[in-house]
Amino acid sequence: MKENETEFTWKIGGAAGDGQQIAGSLFSKVCNQEGLYTYGYSEFPSAIRGGHVAFGVSVSSHKIHALYQEVNILVALNDETVILHTDEMAKGGIIIYDSAKVSEKAMELAKKKKIVLCALPISNIIKENNLRALATNIVALGATFGVLQYEIEAVYAVLNRVFSAKSSEIREMNKIAVDSGFGYAKKNFKVAEFSLIKEGQKGKNEKLILNSNHGVSLGAVAAGCRAYVAYPMSPSTSILHSLAEWAKKTGMVVYQPEDEIAVVHTMIGAMYAGTRAMTGTSGGGFALMVEAVALSAITETPAVLAVSSRPGPATGLPTWTEQGDLKFIVNCGHGDFLRVVLAPSDAQDAFTYTALAFNLAEKYQIPVFILLDKYISEGYKSFDDFSTEVKIERGKMITQEELLKMKEYLRYKLAKDGVSARSLPGMQNGLHLTNSDEHDEYGFTIEGWTPETRVAQVDKRAAKLPGILKDLPKPQKYGPKTAKITILGWGSTKGPVLEALNFLENVNYIHVPAVWPIDKIAITDALKNVKKLVIMENNATGQFADLLVAQAGIVADEKILKYSGRQFWPEEIVEKIKKI
Amino acid sequence: MSKITDFNTTQKNTWCAGCGNFGIWAGVKQAYVDLNIEPHEVANVFDIGCNGNGCNWLRCYAFHSLHGRVLPVAIGIRLANPKLKVMAFSGDGGALGEGGNHFMHTCRTNIDMTYVIHNNQLYSLTTGQMSPESAQGMKTKSTPQGNPLVQLNHLQIAISAGATFVARAYAFDMKELTRILKAAIEHKGFSVVDVLQPCVTLNLINTSSWYTEHMKILDDTWDPTNKEKAIQITGSWDKGIPVGIIYKEDRPTLEDSYSLYDKEPLIQQVHKYDVRELLKDLA
Repeated sequence: MKENETEFTWKIGGAAGDGQQIAGSLFSKVCNQEGLYTYGYSEFPSAIRGGHVAFGVSVSSHKIHALYQEVNILVALNDETVILHTDEMAKGGIIIYDSAKVSEKAMELAKKKKIVLCALPISNIIKENNLRALATNIVALGATFGVLQYEIEAVYAVLNRVFSAKSSEIREMNKIAVDSGFGYAKKNFKVAEFSLIKEGQKGKNEKLILNSNHGVSLGAVAAGCRAYVAYPMSPSTSILHSLAEWAKKTGMVVYQPEDEIAVVHTMIGAMYAGTRAMTGTSGGGFALMVEAVALSAITETPAVLAVSSRPGPATGLPTWTEQGDLKFIVNCGHGDFLRVVLAPSDAQDAFTYTALAFNLAEKYQIPVFILLDKYISEGYKSFDDFSTEVKIERGKMITQEELLKMKEYLRYKLAKDGVSARSLPGMQNGLHLTNSDEHDEYGFTIEGWTPETRVAQVDKRAAKLPGILKDLPKPQKYGPKTAKITILGWGSTKGPVLEALNFLENVNYIHVPAVWPIDKIAITDALKNVKKLVIMENNATGQFADLLVAQAGIVADEKILKYSGRQFWPEEIVEKIKKI
Repeated sequence: MSKITDFNTTQKNTWCAGCGNFGIWAGVKQAYVDLNIEPHEVANVFDIGCNGNGCNWLRCYAFHSLHGRVLPVAIGIRLANPKLKVMAFSGDGGALGEGGNHFMHTCRTNIDMTYVIHNNQLYSLTTGQMSPESAQGMKTKSTPQGNPLVQLNHLQIAISAGATFVARAYAFDMKELTRILKAAIEHKGFSVVDVLQPCVTLNLINTSSWYTEHMKILDDTWDPTNKEKAIQITGSWDKGIPVGIIYKEDRPTLEDSYSLYDKEPLIQQVHKYDVRELLKDLA
């Protein structure tokens, strides 16, 4: 698969706290500063210290959408890196290992494979150069670039930029650390020839490296979200961190209340009052919020919720990935009501769909979800054309002037399209009751004694569906127009599939960006002339496949499912599709 | 100038004759009129329960929330638009059972709004089960052998947790109830008003005569700024339930922490924002 060398993968592994995340980020930045594109992703335990952490970066000279499994250069700062990742090594790959920390026993394993082994005495290098142990990751990074014969100036430039706010002492220490690793490698290790890296270095193309949580955060700011209310939960927490960090600049109110129940009701209160607010959580936190989804639905108060999934049930695998919450979100809340679930595949989608989520939530006065998972929430992708354009549509909002001219304002006035105009508390002549009880057009509580009012209000809320369907992003097709095999996926599976398509013939991909409600006509149309339909999902049962059967009568010929806690690798998709 | 009838809707109330809610309803309306508050200037947030049904006959902007959740909804409203008077109403079940966690933490925020707890020491709309305010040993439909739990001392919790105005009133002492509600609404910070409210149908123990016998009205000599004494006296129940403004302090509010008064309310800030500056930080 590596013959044409369209991509290259580097991975660093060590104990939690060794700084792999920083090393991975720096490695990506150095590549991106030149003409290369990267996709970086970290795997780590639910602990601050202790346990094994790995950060992988796949590099390409064209846009890259996923992390590859096959590793070309592995940097091992502990035994586990060798034990867990030797199987991932490409033929002729290189392991640069900390000779003081990685045991002989672990290296036995690596010696069995055709791998080039490079012993890097990191602690000696640190001692000789009067560095602190903290610099371990930077020395290792330097050694990587030494092996790759990278332009060291490019590495300096990134270090200077990233650590510009740090003291000159720290900047100097980092420079020495990189230099010493770089020098040692150049002197002692066989140079690796990766034409892709060499070619890439010729270009100059400043890029952004963003994960989908960045996309959500930026989308929220751009779309005028003025309050973010959240309780920390992996893998959604970095949205809270980004927005809190930016609050000084953006003026957004970022508030962390006592629990997820308070979170969601505070968000709904703020939306009711007339601002734009949202929340973010993971499946377990969202489980606590469910009652409020129903509240949003019956009161017709807009709600925006980002849910980034991790494998469940319950605490599950807190720092790993899965698309296992789709059915939960689609079905959550008691009673029958509409909701929208948008599933981004990367930071750009996350940005666009977060802005869209606010528009849909306000236009249709319903709860709208942005459904992510850990793989994209913490998957760092290069962009050279990241769009920050948004359109703001707030739907039917009545003005003070209009209210003053009205004889009678009714909040839940029956309307053909199901949407009645909102007045906001504080406005004159716009009084109403926002009611979690079933209600009449003003909002007064009704009983079953007026069944016609109940039926009319249920039908009113349901009447929003055709408008919603029109506004949803449509299924997208990638690859040849017609093919022997058509893969269908949603959300985070898009990246790995797009990469796999590069190695497959007669295979195309249909991506579904809006997973609920299912637009039967659009999906049927997209699947016209499909010869063999393979649905691919990162969950144990094929949740979207089930929804397709129930909603559109579409039955997959095959399902490829993965629920190990990891995302799909492009290589395994190629292998599995070739077997069909 | 608003008048009492401005706060009446077309809906008929459904409370039992003699219910303490009537007193609270009248007191709230009187307080609004006395403070010259117009119906559209108020957002009332109601819980589920007999008191919550009052959302239908108190004419203001109103949000009839879910059980136990009035406080977070009210916080959201306040953060979005601090120009609104925000009032939250809940029974003792919603306030201290289902919503107990929110109660404790909202006291910490010191957000500028008023919380009226309709305290009848029982779940009544659900036909009479023990509440966090029921006395230990009390026989109810869910505790026919007697309530195994001790009564919650919620005003003591409120003061300890950081509420800056803590008071208790009696539903049928209109003059004093109105005075306390007005002071609570005018207080800058989180004000808690616990209103003792007989449930004439289901609570045959804590009746109006029981309350009259057990209440201990705080007189002019009471110093509401003495936190230690306030915590001590709110621990008293059977030997005299303290009624009046028990505790009062000045402390910055949640709105102050977010500098919400320095700019236009969040509801007027919804428009496109250019995020390219933020992208530079991520490069």
